[in-house]
Amino acid sequence: MSKVVVLGAGISGHTAALYLKKGLGKNHEVIVVSPNSNYQWVPSNIWVGVGLMEPNQVKFKLEPVYRRKGIVFKQALAKAIRPEGDSTSEKGFVEIEYVDEARRGQTEKVDYDFLVNATGPTLNFKATPGLGPDLYSNSVCTYDHAWHAWQNLKVAFEKMEAGVHQTFLIGTGHAMATCQGAAFEYALNIAFEVNKRGLHKFADIIWISNEYELGDFGMGGAYVKRGGYVTPTKVFTESILAEYGIRWIKRAGVYKVEPGKAYYELLDGTYHEQTFDFSMLIPGFAGAQIKAFNKKGEDITSTVFAANGMMKVDADYTPKPYEQWKSSDWPEIYQSPAYDNLYASGIAFAPPHGMSKPMESPNGTKIFPTPPRTGMPSGVIGKVVAQNVIHRIKTGRKDHPHKASMVRMGAACIVSAGYGFTKGQAATMTVSPIVPDWEKYPKYGRDIDKTVGVIGLAGHWMKLFMHYMFLYKAKAKFGWSLIPE
Amino acid sequence: MASIHERLKNEPYSEYSFATRPTNATLFWRRCIIKQIYLFFALNLKIMRIVVGGHS
Repeated sequence: MSKVVVLGAGISGHTAALYLKKGLGKNHEVIVVSPNSNYQWVPSNIWVGVGLMEPNQVKFKLEPVYRRKGIVFKQALAKAIRPEGDSTSEKGFVEIEYVDEARRGQTEKVDYDFLVNATGPTLNFKATPGLGPDLYSNSVCTYDHAWHAWQNLKVAFEKMEAGVHQTFLIGTGHAMATCQGAAFEYALNIAFEVNKRGLHKFADIIWISNEYELGDFGMGGAYVKRGGYVTPTKVFTESILAEYGIRWIKRAGVYKVEPGKAYYELLDGTYHEQTFDFSMLIPGFAGAQIKAFNKKGEDITSTVFAANGMMKVDADYTPKPYEQWKSSDWPEIYQSPAYDNLYASGIAFAPPHGMSKPMESPNGTKIFPTPPRTGMPSGVIGKVVAQNVIHRIKTGRKDHPHKASMVRMGAACIVSAGYGFTKGQAATMTVSPIVPDWEKYPKYGRDIDKTVGVIGLAGHWMKLFMHYMFLYKAKAKFGWSLIPE
Repeated sequence: MASIHERLKNEPYSEYSFATRPTNATLFWRRCIIKQIYLFFALNLKIMRIVVGGHS
C-alpha cells in the first residue's frame, strides 16, 4: 500500500486529492493536511466583498467530503519536510502541527511515499507596512477578508447616501504583487454597486497597479481581436475602466499604508501619496515557508525551496535577462529535482521567472507583477500531478506520461463587472498559452484565435454557472470528474 | 457635484480621455439576450477546448 500526502486543500491540492483517491482506490492511502477546515471557491469572494453573497455560499466543510471519499483529513499546518526521514525513520515524512480545537498544538510525523505540496500562497501583508485587514486596508483574498471588506464598504455606501464624498483605492498593495484580476474585478463591482445605488456623484474610484500598462495582469498582457483590429489588452482594460468611471494610477509600487493614505513610488522614481476612505489592496504572495531537513538534520530548505518559499520543480531557474526567457524554462511535471517523490502544485511551485518584463525604478525598486497561477492552471496542474503519481504507484515506473506546461496550457479569466441575471456583466478573457511563447507565436506571443476578450451579460452567466459547477465538483458529487478544471 | 466620470471624460490630454469607449450599439449588444445566449455557449465551448487541449 502506498501513502500519498497532499499539503493544502485549495483549488490545486483539493483537485489532486480527489483524483488521487479516485485513481488509487481503497488499496492506497491519501492524506490531506490543511490548516483550513473549509474549501473556498476563491473567485466568488468578489461577490462576498460587495455583499451579494454570504461566506457560506462560497465555502463548505472539507471533512465530510473527505470522509465520504475515504481520504484522511488532518487540520494542521505543515512545519517541515524531511524527505530522507531521520535517524528513526527511513521514510520521508512531514512534521505537522494540528490547529483544530481538539488537538491544537499537538505535533505529528506523517510519513509518505509521495508528497504533493499544494500549500498555496502566504498573503504577505507584512511586506508592505500598514497593509491588510488587520491594519489600514481591506482584502478579498479569503472569504473572511471579503466579508470584512463588505462591512467597511457598507459604511462607505451609507456615508455617500448621506451626501459625503468617498474615495475608493483598489489595486495592488505591493510593487511585485500579482492577482491583478481579482482586484480589477473588485473595482468594477464597487463601481457597479455605486452606480446601481445612484451614488456615482459622491464616489471617486481609483485603480492603482504595478503594471507597466493596464491589462498586463502579470502575464505580459495579451492581444485580442476586437472590431476588426488586433488590440492589446491595454485598450480593453482602459476602456472598461473609463466606462465604469474609474481613473487609474499605473506603474505604481505601494510601499506603505497609513489610515486613509497610501504611499507609492512610480517607475520613474518619484514618490506620491493617495488619500482614501476605503481601500482594497492585494498583498504580495510568498510560499508557505516550510523548512526542509536531510537525514542528518541539516537544513536543506534552500535546496528544496526558492528564496520566496515556493518549491523548486523541473524548471530552469538559471537567472537570465528577459530577452533570453524561453518557453522551455517552464516546468511540465512539477517534480522536485532534489527528491523524485516530491511534487509542487498550483501556486506552491516556484516559477522560473515572470511573464511580465521586469522593470526597475531609478531608486532600484522592482515594480512589476509576478506571474499568476491561480484558478484554472492550479486545478489542471493538481490533476496532472495526481495522474502522474497514480501512474508511478500503479506501474512502478518513474516516467511521467501526463504533462501540463503553462506554455501550452490555456486559461480563461472571467472578470465580473456587475451582478444580476439581466443587468450583470463580465469581461471574459481567454489566453492560450498562459505564458507567451514568442518562438512559436512570433507576432503576438499567443494563438490569436484562442485569445479573446468579450464583455457582456454572457460573461456574468458564465461566472455564476462556474460558481455552482465548481462548488459541485469540489464537493465530489456524482459525476464530478467529468467536469473539466 | 459632477461625477469623476463626467469631470474627467472631457479633460484634454488626461490618460482617461484617451480611453476607448463603447458606442450605444455596443452597449445594446452586450445586453441583447439572444446574442448573449449564443455567446454563452460559444465561449463555454472555446474555454472547454482550451482546457482540454492544454494538457496531456
